[in-house]
Amino acid sequence: MTGALVLTDADERKLSGDEGAGMAMAMRMSVALATVSGAPRLIDISSAHIDGCLYHGQAGLDFVEKLVSLGAEVSVPTTLNVSSLDLLHPGLVRLAPAESSAAKRLMDAYVALKARATWTCAPYQLAASRPGRGSDIAWAESNAIVFANSVLGARTDRYGDFADVCAAITGRAPYAGLHLEANRVPTVELDCSSVPRHVLDSDAVWAVLGCVVGDTVGERVPILTGVDAGVVDEDRLKALGAAAASSGGVALFHVAGATPEAVDAGASWPPSGVPRIEITTLMLRQARDRLTTAVASSGIDAVSLGTPHFSLAEFEKLAAVLSDRVPFDPSCTVWISTSRDVLALATEKGYAQVCEEVGARLVVDTCTYVTPILGDEVRTAMTTSGKWAWYAPANLGIDVVFGTMEECVDSARAGRVVRHDAAWA
Amino acid sequence: MTQLGLEGSTRGDTLCAGIATGELLWLDEPLSFWGGTSLDDGVIVDVHHPQCGIALGGRVLVMSASRGSSSSSSVLAEQIRAGVAPAAILLSSRDAIVTLGALAAAEVYAIRMPILLLDAAALAEMPRSGSVSVSADDEAAAVSWSTRG
Repeated sequence: MTGALVLTDADERKLSGDEGAGMAMAMRMSVALATVSGAPRLIDISSAHIDGCLYHGQAGLDFVEKLVSLGAEVSVPTTLNVSSLDLLHPGLVRLAPAESSAAKRLMDAYVALKARATWTCAPYQLAASRPGRGSDIAWAESNAIVFANSVLGARTDRYGDFADVCAAITGRAPYAGLHLEANRVPTVELDCSSVPRHVLDSDAVWAVLGCVVGDTVGERVPILTGVDAGVVDEDRLKALGAAAASSGGVALFHVAGATPEAVDAGASWPPSGVPRIEITTLMLRQARDRLTTAVASSGIDAVSLGTPHFSLAEFEKLAAVLSDRVPFDPSCTVWISTSRDVLALATEKGYAQVCEEVGARLVVDTCTYVTPILGDEVRTAMTTSGKWAWYAPANLGIDVVFGTMEECVDSARAGRVVRHDAAWA
Repeated sequence: MTQLGLEGSTRGDTLCAGIATGELLWLDEPLSFWGGTSLDDGVIVDVHHPQCGIALGGRVLVMSASRGSSSSSSVLAEQIRAGVAPAAILLSSRDAIVTLGALAAAEVYAIRMPILLLDAAALAEMPRSGSVSVSADDEAAAVSWSTRG
């Protein structure tokens, strides 16, 4: 192994059981993770985001209930990722009773550890849960990781289930990976200057761009150049990061002139000598077509929006598109996944009501591709999400059509795929 | 020139201690256990993966890294509990998501699935198929096999 891990006296006390058997179990995992990471020491974290809230069978539940039974509690502000249930809309999730009660037990166990019942994959949309620039945090859930690193300039490595809850309890994380300044410097340039500005000025294109980025760079740290900072916003970066983390292993990306660390680095990034790869409009169209598994003439049974969770700004945009009150075709159900906190804000603003008036169904605390929500009769669904399009065929056994929000709305109204190809040329 | 029955072996670092024997399976691309494999039987179900349809259970998996969602740790821990996980995983990068799944199963169930970190030279020595034995503890980690003709 590489250099030995050095623990502080406080770390040793946590490990010894002096602070309880639950803390000792969590600390054994934190220390093991640090050893795997080749870290010289552990560092303090200011927040944690726990991804282990989906019920994936007995093991995840046994692990958390063991921590609870041993008296553990979180020691830093901690948010919780999507669960398998929508607690605000009982009956919406069609899980078998045994699995549903196990999923609820898992949620209860995390609340017993004193984590916040946020149940969202987008904790960065909650004002109280946005980490500051340069702060060390331990976040899990690939889209939350890449967003915190890239868009907020906070520092988290690619934590997984178990590591997240143990870091929340111990308040410690390995000084390794993306906590280190040197590992945050771009190692590959993706030159987007040949892609026209109007093509990049579309939310859906950013999800597709994310797929291209993930496919192209794998786990490297890319910097996108040649992008007009005026077309960049948080929801577009959310879509890019989520897709890039799904198709590759991207945990940090930069956009020259737009994301915080790239802005600070200015002309010194990309560093000289990093490989340069050109991103073309043709690559984007090809990636869009790869995300679509259905045949072009398909009927559409469902539309899914909000993966990662729909933001307040996305609700505002959708409410504007739906303001003509044209109803969706009865054969097509439109689902919007969001957090209970964002839903409360969207309801306050009246956006949620507009969506529901034309027939959209709102989902909170979970997401339409991780638990049974869509009807059994659904064969083909349309989405604006690169991440949803990536995972839904395997998770749900359905065909997917990827499209822009306007294409999704028009398709839901027509009950069949409606394309606006001008957005992609 | 190799001789019939000659033992081959290579060394690596221990990421998770344990011992195992199984048929090698080299993954052509990174894999997300969550969404990419079936929880119940450990079969690759990711339609984008070139080895979709292959069962991981009992195999000694050789892979560069996992990819995608961090829920993969829970899925691997559950597959270990249920007995449908790989027998061992040989990684070429320090993949914490895979390692944590195995460490959690060891913590709760005391079932130890070895995970080794192998460098490029060690991987180059490995056969592409056949049965191998894996042994990893705090001191040392090794993969060994019988070479045939």
